[in-house]
Amino acid sequence: MSTQSMTNQDAHAHGHEHDDHEHHDPVATKVFGFWIYIMSDCVLFASIFATYAVLGTNYAGGPTSHELFELPFVLVETFVLLASSFMIGLATLAMNKGNKQGTMLWLALTLVLGAVFVGLEIYEFHHFISEGAGPQRSAFLSSFFTLVGTHGLHVTSGVIWAIILLIQIATKGLNDMNRSRLMCLSLFWHFLHIIWICVFTIVYLMGVI
Amino acid sequence: MSNQHHSQESHDHGSVKSYTTGLILSIILTVIPFGLVMTGALSAMTTLAAIMIMAVVQIVVQVVYFLHLDEGSGPRWNMVSLWFTILIVGIVVVGSVWIMFHLNHNLMVGM
Repeated sequence: MSTQSMTNQDAHAHGHEHDDHEHHDPVATKVFGFWIYIMSDCVLFASIFATYAVLGTNYAGGPTSHELFELPFVLVETFVLLASSFMIGLATLAMNKGNKQGTMLWLALTLVLGAVFVGLEIYEFHHFISEGAGPQRSAFLSSFFTLVGTHGLHVTSGVIWAIILLIQIATKGLNDMNRSRLMCLSLFWHFLHIIWICVFTIVYLMGVI
Repeated sequence: MSNQHHSQESHDHGSVKSYTTGLILSIILTVIPFGLVMTGALSAMTTLAAIMIMAVVQIVVQVVYFLHLDEGSGPRWNMVSLWFTILIVGIVVVGSVWIMFHLNHNLMVGM
């Protein structure tokens, strides 16, 4: 995994003054630990997807997925999230070059696009609820709001994390701590877009076919 | 040291390229399934198969070009944990759908 090999090199390049850690590669260890968290998050999402797969057609006489979902809107959401996923990739590349300004610029763009995505999702939820299609209407809508809402909460926490990291980089620069934080955030962000691929395929596209 | 420096440089170069490749492939693999469903050009079953295949391909594209899991050397615990997670996710999702489908079926028969 190049994230790890990158951080290996970073740790070798910058780590000589940090030999007080008894582990030879603290950044890579942290990133791997975070990777394990992401894998457990995958299992969480798998259980919510399984719930949606079981309950997703129980409309209880209420609005169906055909009536509710608007694909052009979902396509816009998808592109916003994809663009932010690309931006955080550029942020990690700028970080590996030691470019603090570039890292902060791309990270700021990532979090703005992430916030736009959350805004679009809140707009969609508000629109559904105002049409009487709230989570209490049917099993389909309960599982829909749980699945898409959990994803939205993850993106929201990613945005908050990015804001805090931006402040930390601005005040303390690209030190080892902030490097491992940004590597973890980029893993998290790419993971969230991979989950979104499953969401738009299974929930929106398969709901409208 | 010079060797390390060299590998760092070639790696950085490869990464810009890999992120751009990943972005372009992801855009293509997003537009096609949305286009298929919105235009209804194919039959429902063909569309269903096509969008599922393209979702899987896009996930693989992102894992390879954004997460770069295929590179690196040494003990690859990332890959081991990923495959373990895929196994668990498969058991949870396929198992739930399978059991609930049969439960529904049995309830229907009971009525």
